Amino acid sequence: MAKALPPLAVCALRLGDDALICGQRLSEWCGHAPALEVDLSLANVALDQIGQATHFLGLAGEIEGKSRDADALAFKRDVMDFTNCLLVEQPNGDFAQTIARLFLFSHYQELLYAALAVSKHERFAAIAAKAVKETAYHATLASDWVIRLGDGTDESRARMTAGLDWMWRFADELFEADEADAALGVDKAALKPAWDQRLDAVLADAALERPASRRPVLGGRKGRHSEHLGHLLSEMQFLQRAYPGATW
Amino acid sequence: MVSGVAVITDTGKVRRVLADVPDPEIPCVSVLDLGIVRAIDAGRVVITPTYSGCPATLAIEQAIRTALDNNGFGDVAIITTLSPPWTTDWITEEGREKLRAYGIAPPPKGANAASLKNAQAAECPRCGSSNTEEISRFGSTPCKALWRCKACAEPFDRFKCH
Repeated sequence: MAKALPPLAVCALRLGDDALICGQRLSEWCGHAPALEVDLSLANVALDQIGQATHFLGLAGEIEGKSRDADALAFKRDVMDFTNCLLVEQPNGDFAQTIARLFLFSHYQELLYAALAVSKHERFAAIAAKAVKETAYHATLASDWVIRLGDGTDESRARMTAGLDWMWRFADELFEADEADAALGVDKAALKPAWDQRLDAVLADAALERPASRRPVLGGRKGRHSEHLGHLLSEMQFLQRAYPGATW
Repeated sequence: MVSGVAVITDTGKVRRVLADVPDPEIPCVSVLDLGIVRAIDAGRVVITPTYSGCPATLAIEQAIRTALDNNGFGDVAIITTLSPPWTTDWITEEGREKLRAYGIAPPPKGANAASLKNAQAAECPRCGSSNTEEISRFGSTPCKALWRCKACAEPFDRFKCH
């Protein structure tokens, strides 16, 4: 159980789970996106995320010290042991909803990685310093599409608005911090003003209103997930569930 | 297990071995050209991945292993490091020319080039025109973007600034 892990392992697990689930969700678009360029973009972002997840989950396993590698953590845990934020597990919905999710998440991730890159914890810093350059591309991609859809046709605008409206309730969880975060030494709450500023600037360009504040939905960090994550895992983990320990 | 007869007494020889190990995705350039070999010293070769999720990372390590083993450097360890993070500024001048000849516009150089918005126009690797436009910032591999030349009408890949 995640509760028994050392605080730094918890932090690495959360970072890895966020990236893994974000990457798995985005990969569902592969072959289905509205245009070839979009298909390539989302698959590339997914690949970056899964790469980052491999590094962070590997680190979590090392800190835990029980011989679990990144694959074991990705494929051999059940839903309640996942510590990703609820935002990344939300279904893709239409393209605008996917972009809304990536928009909220990638700006947070870029700010978080930038802070982590100068952390005193060298292993975290090394992964983050590498990943932050990739995430900058993701945030730009998402922002460009928010503007294009928001400032596009009535239809695209309505869909972008609906996507943001759905995803916004999961934003507060990103900046939630506990004792594990304290061990890592990154103040997530302090990232919120910069995140607000970035998103507001893009929304202004997109001629979109910031969605109304809602009661935040929390729980992912403690393993309390929406129904959606279980279905995602049943597909992602199918092979190891059907053929435990299979290698090739 | 290959019995190693040589520890690295001649880093120049190891360097020559690595100069013949191509990148699996872009075989026109070697692992040295790409700047992913960070150090060659006593008993080890230090490499760094390009992108966190680059699928070529494992293939590159295996290709280097095979090349070292085949040249009597079976005892040389391959160490992977993430820090400092790889940057396209580490691609050698020779590597940049090889990319261009292969049809891939080399990445813009320098920290300023990393600014994602208003990226400077790529030079078409076929006709040399700067009258080009970006089609997609993400391309066929993590390291490339899709561009199009408006002068000769050919699409081309551009190595992403990283």
